[in-house]
Order: sequence, then structure tokens, then C-alpha cells
Amino acid sequence: MNLKTWGLKKSIWVFHVSSGACNNCDIEVLDCLTPRFDIERFGMVLVGSVRHADVLLCCGSITKQAAPRIKRLYEQAAKPCFVVAIGGCACSGCIFKDSYNFAGPYDKIIPVHAYIPGCPPKPEAILAGAVKLLSTLK
Amino acid sequence: MKTVIPIGPFHPLQEEPELFSLTLDGETVTDVDVRLGYNHRGIEKIAETKTWDQDTFLIERICGICSTSHPIAYCNAVEDCAGIEIPERAKYIRSIVGELERLHSHLLWLGLAGHFIGYNTLFMWGWKWREPILDLFEQITGNRNHYAMIKIGGARRDIKNEDIPSIRKCLSGLVPPLEMITKAALDDPVLHARLKGVGILKKEDAIKYCAVGPTARASGVAIDVRKDEPHAAYGMVKWNVITQEAGDVFAKAVVRLLECFESVKIVQQCVDGLEKTKGAEFCKEVENIPPGEGIGHYEAPRGETFHYVRSDGANRPVRHKIRAPTYVNLPSFKASCIGQTISDVAITLASIDPCYCCTERVAVIDPKTRAKKHITGEELVRLSQEKTRKIRDGLLKGSI
Repeated sequence: MNLKTWGLKKSIWVFHVSSGACNNCDIEVLDCLTPRFDIERFGMVLVGSVRHADVLLCCGSITKQAAPRIKRLYEQAAKPCFVVAIGGCACSGCIFKDSYNFAGPYDKIIPVHAYIPGCPPKPEAILAGAVKLLSTLK
Repeated sequence: MKTVIPIGPFHPLQEEPELFSLTLDGETVTDVDVRLGYNHRGIEKIAETKTWDQDTFLIERICGICSTSHPIAYCNAVEDCAGIEIPERAKYIRSIVGELERLHSHLLWLGLAGHFIGYNTLFMWGWKWREPILDLFEQITGNRNHYAMIKIGGARRDIKNEDIPSIRKCLSGLVPPLEMITKAALDDPVLHARLKGVGILKKEDAIKYCAVGPTARASGVAIDVRKDEPHAAYGMVKWNVITQEAGDVFAKAVVRLLECFESVKIVQQCVDGLEKTKGAEFCKEVENIPPGEGIGHYEAPRGETFHYVRSDGANRPVRHKIRAPTYVNLPSFKASCIGQTISDVAITLASIDPCYCCTERVAVIDPKTRAKKHITGEELVRLSQEKTRKIRDGLLKGSI
């Protein structure tokens, strides 16, 4: 493990991306920040700009209008940047996959490093996914 | 000098992608415009391809926070079309789930409002006291959000008698923190300074812009579907419509906080009703939906949500139309935001408790001029006639 990865593992800054979500995964992501789950004990902080982010927490199916913007958002993030797809829609498109405005699940648009399925995944599942992602960093 | 400040589409202030363009003259906002479509998933069209029962699951996924309001409105519409009267126990179950949802939604808004003005203590408090409600949901419905409790003809599953003590316990445990948070929020000099007199929506403006829900009630318009057209168990229990006169962001917070207590009252009475109707039928068997059309509405936490369905007697709707509360409340920004300073506009935009995933529509934008395209009624008729002609020609040629 080099110094950079060691530093990254201690304090991951996350940015929240929502594109065509029903809001539920977004709420559960925010829920992780609140006293019951308190994601900050793993050194994770929600940041306001994608340029500060190490991890993108992505929710929702991607709509045609959001797709180019999501791509740009990923390009703006400093690398290494990990993408976590949260919820059934972000992983596969789920119930919206037949929609005329559906541009694909996240892995069609940007590389995805972890999938957390569920509708919506419980905050515990989101935490478990984040911790699993951390354990893969070498 | 005029400046245009964009907020969005991916902005830390908002959870959902949408773009607000604020036109500023110095610090003062002179115009506000919204561009939607980032979240548009085409639910009305998908609904036409699924069966009546499958649609309740799809419609739940319009919005994660009002995930019971939309199915109730949809089922009301289908039941209106088919002329079904739901059993008494189902009415109580619908009201209980609906009101618990209002409780968690209002606490969520309070937290987010605190977050937006940089008062994170309120955010942590509000969300901490929201957790027991979600736990209760998990116990009685099986999921923290997206409860899937509503079915055409009644409720999908019963609330078991063993769960009733925990509903009562949760409610009685919720009242003291609610009282604490209400007093703390309403007596807080910081909140007074930050929210009072900000983003005032006058009564006549609320009526003019057709505002609904807490946005209208905070401006003194006593509009509430639960009272005006009682369905579910709302006609069978005692409760009050909360109104305030001031119309500013503070009044909207007061309305939402006091509504929480009314919701607790409603759930307590509905639980009594559940005990009375112990063992009774909670869902009617619905064989088919006759041709016709139906409307249904429900007072979602953000205001009236309206659903329209048309049936041709088949197993799926021919047309399903949704009108969500935020869509109606958005134009009121023209009255409440203009003339404010930019620092106050952030909280004013949040004050209607906007939910863009409910609201999303397609906007056609000309990429060269960046102008929005407006389609008039006559054009819509012409477009639909053209489409019918195309389909007919396709059928004749055998290509479809």
C-alpha cells in the first residue's frame, strides 16, 4: 500500500450524485450522515464539490438529459475516483429500464466500482458497501 | 449590472438534479427561472404498459418521500373509475400509513431546512427523531421506505394486532421530542432572524398561483384535501387544519411542525379504529376495471397530489396522468423569491419542500438560442392527430 492509498483509506470524501432517482436512495445516503448511522466515524465526509471527491455515491437511473452531465461530472473528479452505484435503478435500471428517457444504468456511462442493490438499500447496506470498497484498496 | 447565477443541475444545496437560474441586480433577485427534465423517467408512459396492480408499485416509485400518497391517489382514481367502496379496516390502514409518512416527511423537511441555512443541529435532531418512525414502518410494512401497503380495493397487507402496541409506543415516544423540537425551533432567535419575513407569499398570491398544501396553508388559505373531500379514514376522526397568516418561511415551518401533532392525533384514533375492526376484511377482490375514467386525490405532505386514469376495460390503463404538488407550488417562486437577496432565496426555494422527482416534465430546449419551446393546446391536438395518422398508415402498410 502506497502513501496515497493509505491516506485515502483514512479519510474518504464522498459526493452525492442523483440522476432520475425517486429520492429515496438520496434520503438514505443522507441518513447515513445522521446520528443513528454516523458515517463520519469511518472518516467519510459529504463534500459540496465533485473536485474534492474521492467517491461518487450515485443514485437513480440515468435519464437522457442527465447522461452527458454525469459523464462530465465524472471527468471533473480528481482521480483515483471510485463510483458506487446505490439502489436497483443505479445498478440495472430496475422498473424504469423500458422508459423512453432511460439512457442506461451507471456502468454504461461511467466505470462503477461497487454496486449496492436494494429499493432503497438500507443505510446499513450502504455502510457495508462503503466499508467493502475500502477493504479492496491496496 | 445584471448577472445570472445558476443553481444546479448538480449542486450541493439540492439532492436532485434541477437548474434554477437566478437573475440578479446586485444582491437582489429580479427573476427566477427553473429548468426541469433531468429527472424525467416517463412514468406516465410506463404506467400504460403495466397492469393495474403492477402500476401501484411503479407509482410508488415516483417519489421516495411521498411513496404512499401517490398510490393512495392512484387507487382512489381506479376505485372511482370502477365504483369500488373499500372496507373500513382498509381506510384505517391507509390513513395510518399516510399520516406516519407525513410525520417523517415533515421532520425530514425541518432537518433539511436547518441544513440549508447552515444550522446543522436542527438537521441532526430532525433526522434523529425520524428514525423511530422508519423503524415502525419496517416493522409493520417490511420496508423503511416504499411500503407497498396500498392495493386497488383496500390494503395489500393487514396491520397485525401484535403491532398495535408498538405503534402506540412509537407515537407516545415521539410526542415529547416533537414538543421539544417545536419549542426549540420556534423560540430560536437565529431561526427568527433567518426565516421571519423571508420569502413572503401573500394570501392573494397563493390563490393566484394556485398553491397547495403547507405552502398555501402558511399563507392563510385553509386548503386540505383531507378536510375538503374526506376519503380513507379522514372523515371518521377528529383533527384540525393548521393555518398561519404570515406566509413567510417561518410560517411554513410552524405549519409543518404543528401538523405533526395533528398527524399523531389521527394515527392514534385510527389505531383505535383498527382495534374495533379486528379480524375484518381489509381488501376487496377486484376482478376487472370497467371502461371509463376516474380521478383521485390525496393530501401528500407537500400538498394535493392528483391522479387521473382512463380505462378501456383491458387489464391496463389507457392513460394515466399525474399532477404532483410541487409542480403547482413552483410558480409561486415568482411571487416569493423576486425582491429577496440571493442568500435568502436558497431557503425560500426550499420552503415549499420541493420534490422534483414528482414534478418532472420534459422541456424542449433549442440548443442554439437556449430558449424553451412552448406548445399550445392547438399544437398538441395537431401533434396527436399526426401521430394517429402515422399509426394508422403504419397499420395499413403492416409495418407495426
